[in-house]
Amino acid sequence: MDKIKVLVAKPGLDGHDRGAKVVARALRDAGFEVVYTGLRQTPEQIAEAAVQEDVDVVAMSILSGAHPHLFPAVVNLVREKGLKDALIIGGGVIPESDIPALKEAGIAEVFTPGTPTGKVVDFIKAHVKK
Amino acid sequence: MENIAEEVLKGNRLALAKAITAIENEYDNATEIMQKLYPHTGHAYVLGVTGPPGAGKSTLTDKLAKEYRRQGKTVGIIAIDPSSPFSGGAILGDRIRMNSLTLDPGVFIRSMGTRGSLGGLSHKTADAVKVMDAFGMDVIFVETVGVGQSEVDIVKAADTTMVVLIPGMGDDIQAIKAGILEIGDIFTINKADHDGADKLATELNMMLDLDGVIKDWRPPIMKTIANQNIGIKEVVETFGKHHKHIEENGQLTVRRTERTKNEMLDLLDSRIGQYIRSKVVDTGKLDELVAVIKAHETDPYTEANKIVHDLLK
Repeated sequence: MDKIKVLVAKPGLDGHDRGAKVVARALRDAGFEVVYTGLRQTPEQIAEAAVQEDVDVVAMSILSGAHPHLFPAVVNLVREKGLKDALIIGGGVIPESDIPALKEAGIAEVFTPGTPTGKVVDFIKAHVKK
Repeated sequence: MENIAEEVLKGNRLALAKAITAIENEYDNATEIMQKLYPHTGHAYVLGVTGPPGAGKSTLTDKLAKEYRRQGKTVGIIAIDPSSPFSGGAILGDRIRMNSLTLDPGVFIRSMGTRGSLGGLSHKTADAVKVMDAFGMDVIFVETVGVGQSEVDIVKAADTTMVVLIPGMGDDIQAIKAGILEIGDIFTINKADHDGADKLATELNMMLDLDGVIKDWRPPIMKTIANQNIGIKEVVETFGKHHKHIEENGQLTVRRTERTKNEMLDLLDSRIGQYIRSKVVDTGKLDELVAVIKAHETDPYTEANKIVHDLLK
């Protein structure tokens, strides 16, 4: 029984996680096991939780604008800790102009406001390494 | 990753994570990993934490784990949440209460979905405990899903079982029903600052008074306010007392022998089931049988006996 396991994480200091919860719920309904760690996590906490849970996907959400710093920091830590194949994706309030640099840093895809949740599910199914 | 079992024994955290995944997903190397780790198990003390949803099991486990860390013990935590019977997906949310433990190198937390198991644990929980045990954890918490009245598998997996309750969940008839109230070695009333905590303690005491046989361990009733760290030390002390008690009176050996026996039987059931399925389902024989049984030319009891007799002689 091979299940896709996803860590949904909120790095940084955002005050609410409505979006992350909506995505977590959609992923659950798609048959994924979703580990949710709640608000205000450091990149170190996210990477270590990803290792302990041995997830296939790390899905991060940021609203505050700290993504240029925090997203790459998580990618580096996750890879350093040995999760070489984990698919890392991001979402939230992210300007189009920032997306190329994030992809360059190892974020496989960035989902901005208005994305149907089904698109996230399909992307994971198509790109996860299992 | 190669040599997962060897790496687990060396203390590699990624290997510990990979080993549990292999077991949970029944990868081809799962049996080999367990065979290699099994000789190194039997040192950890396993604490079961169970109770209804929202009782504070995760918050309590977080605080209790920190108390053990203060005493220099290493701690493994397996937190189980329900899988959806419809999509098979799950939200594993227990870690939210334990975030401050994530970066402690002496703690390892793993969430598991029940994946169809109905007893409050997942089928692979016992093996995940063994992996953490072989890794060298001194204490392993197993936190069940939020339970109702009859999910009592935890008693088979844990050395000491704590039932966490909260005030205001029903009158005293609830306390004399069978099920989870029979399995507590320790009862903890969490959120003890809420109305009704004393009443609940009284009701639990009355229930314990009704136990006909005189037992040498009367489950203590503890009170905690986990999110304020109140009553935590006392619970850890009580775990210690119960451990000492069942070690001295031989119950610990009895419980662990019983567990080994159950695990062996479960393993046999599952291996034999797989074998029979490989001979009956995968070969198409089942469909043939179903057709004749539906036509009432024979009956399922006769056919099942025949298959078992032919395959297992």
